[in-house]
Amino acid sequence: MKLSDMPLGKPATITAVRGEGALRLRLLDMGIIPKTAVVVKKVAPLGDPLQIHLRGYELTIRRAEADLILVEVAG
Amino acid sequence: MIFALAGNPNSGKTTLFNQLTGANQRTGNFPGVTIDQKSGLMKYDRRCTLVDLPGIYSLRPYSGEEVITRDFLLHSVPQGIINIVDATNLERNLYLTLQLLVLRIPMVVALNMMDEVRQNGDSIDTQKLSELLGVPVVPISASKNEGLEELTKQAIRVASKEIKPLVQDFCAPGPIHRCIHAVYHQIEDHAVEARLSGRFAAVKLIEGDEDILARLQLGENEKQTIEHLVTEMEAECGTDRHAVMAEMRYAYIESVCRQAVRRVAAESREYRRSVRLDRILTHRYLALPLFFGIMVLVFYLTFGVIGAALADMLESGIGVLTAGVDRLLGDFGLNPVLHSLIIDGIFAGVGSVLSFLPIIVVLFFFLSILEDSGYMARIAFVMDQLLRKIGLSGRSVVPLLIGFGCTIPALMATRTLSSERDRKMTILLAPFMSCSAKVPVYAVFAAAFFPRSAAWVMTGLYFGGILVAVLVALLLKRTAFSGNPVPFVMELPNYRFPSLKTTLRLIWDKAKDFLTRAFTIIFVATLVIWVLVSFDYRFNVVTDSSHSLLAGIGHLLVPLFAPLGFGHWQAVTALLSGLAAKEAVVSSLGVLLGVSAEGLPTVLAALFTLPAALSFLTFVLLYPPCVAAMAATRRELRSGVKTVGVVLSQCGIAWLASLLVYQVARLLF
Repeated sequence: MKLSDMPLGKPATITAVRGEGALRLRLLDMGIIPKTAVVVKKVAPLGDPLQIHLRGYELTIRRAEADLILVEVAG
Repeated sequence: MIFALAGNPNSGKTTLFNQLTGANQRTGNFPGVTIDQKSGLMKYDRRCTLVDLPGIYSLRPYSGEEVITRDFLLHSVPQGIINIVDATNLERNLYLTLQLLVLRIPMVVALNMMDEVRQNGDSIDTQKLSELLGVPVVPISASKNEGLEELTKQAIRVASKEIKPLVQDFCAPGPIHRCIHAVYHQIEDHAVEARLSGRFAAVKLIEGDEDILARLQLGENEKQTIEHLVTEMEAECGTDRHAVMAEMRYAYIESVCRQAVRRVAAESREYRRSVRLDRILTHRYLALPLFFGIMVLVFYLTFGVIGAALADMLESGIGVLTAGVDRLLGDFGLNPVLHSLIIDGIFAGVGSVLSFLPIIVVLFFFLSILEDSGYMARIAFVMDQLLRKIGLSGRSVVPLLIGFGCTIPALMATRTLSSERDRKMTILLAPFMSCSAKVPVYAVFAAAFFPRSAAWVMTGLYFGGILVAVLVALLLKRTAFSGNPVPFVMELPNYRFPSLKTTLRLIWDKAKDFLTRAFTIIFVATLVIWVLVSFDYRFNVVTDSSHSLLAGIGHLLVPLFAPLGFGHWQAVTALLSGLAAKEAVVSSLGVLLGVSAEGLPTVLAALFTLPAALSFLTFVLLYPPCVAAMAATRRELRSGVKTVGVVLSQCGIAWLASLLVYQVARLLF
């Protein structure tokens, strides 16, 4: 499923990072790569962007970007 | 010796730079604060120069910051790199470190914020870390000034002995390893010729880096071989080349952290504190009211209390000084023209510009606190959705809001925007936020024409400015700034207490920046205006300002303003004088119409029809702000031609909007 569809606070594991060009490279550089644990922490008051937690730090990405990140619920 | 200081945004890089050099430079707890390359002599060894490079996450040739850092490291080839790493966020910070290591430049890692790590009861085995990275690792605390002498010593040691990083292999034996080595052998000679590290070039080629590909000047055969090698690796690994390299680096980092880092709790105290603060500050319902509340408070304190008091003091000081010089010159019997030049030109002009200084200082005091504390990143998070509709990102909201106070600090504040595209768009839009100097003009006209609904007219003007900014933004989004907006991938750093030292440094920098301009370009501009006001076209001194050169230009421009409903030279001349400072519009109208301030509304009511008054107000709202703001635009855009373009388009927009307002108002009233 997409990261953007994950319920808040539920741990997930990244399975794939879609997208292309500079945007995808940026996501990869920030540590958004397969097998990484990630949690959606918060949604901004106006519904976008999202605040996510990974690798011990907080990152905000827009929904459009979160749509490109595929995850599975961490087991 | 030249050292480069490289590291992630928010790693404390600028604080370290300030501590190592003592130079004036700003810092911020917000991604991408540093834009210009700054350098300074190192405190512990004055023969060494330290260059502060923009904070970046990776050595890719995409964002402006990445290009600057990369070009500096590849072209200027410093004798050493000081790589600052946030010890509380080690995993992500080491990602850049691994890319720097393969540049084969002598390097030390400055492990910053070790005080926080210790306070949390965590520990990092710096010996082990140093072994795994193949470079010296020095634990420091930039804000507490700990470990910096040792850091300098180590940096000088590796640089003077040219000790290159000992580790450059981050992959386990397997397809990636084979691919990197095969590509390395293909390009080895080319890399030597292009003066690039072979290892760096090989890895970047595999990642599809066009810039490196062009530098290596490979033949067709070599390119095909490399492509074949990379495709083979992709097939064996089951992922694409970009993901493969990122995964390789993070896998190595994870193993480094497993061996060298020991954490007591999963979350640090600073992190937990940030989460608690965010529960309120980015709360679903509280976030927006709190943000506006904080901005109102900043404005009230700046324009209502502290800034105003300081401005009053400064103004009376200048007043006393001016009066004193005036009397001295009178007693001395100086030529009246020179006398007028000094008093009405230099003292009045520079004095009026100087009166902005306290406001700028106070505003930047608050801004610096908002930024260094980490709240600015939250503002971007909260406001992003709203600003994206007009093609900007959440970060632009603060400069735009400052525009309601004064355009000059608004333009100066765009420096914190990390994307050039957002920055330019914000510079173009900020002047449409009605600044506080325009209020006296609105007030006089409101008193003359709408005594009972003055508040409504004022509110309407403010919203009119916002409306025009939105329309211009939408137009820009479709034309000059079309194409992909910058991805909004932004770190939310932990909240930190801003340091007084950093704040004072920022204020000093901004004040110096403004004063330099006040005494150069703005000084010249005020002299030009004085000449235009004081002489007629035969260059005789005028006694009646209606004969001045400025009034002459006003007369010439009358036909241009006739369609807007105020085609009389007094109005046009007042607008021209408003280019010096918006407050001058009211005083010029008074002088040109020969009435006192109390009598002005009555005379204006006779001179302007109601639609013409609305049209005039619209023009004042939208036409270019003062000379000082134009100078700031030039400084921020770094181009005289573009600035002229901006000023002319502001005039054009003001003219069209006023025409529209006049014609519609004529139908209604």
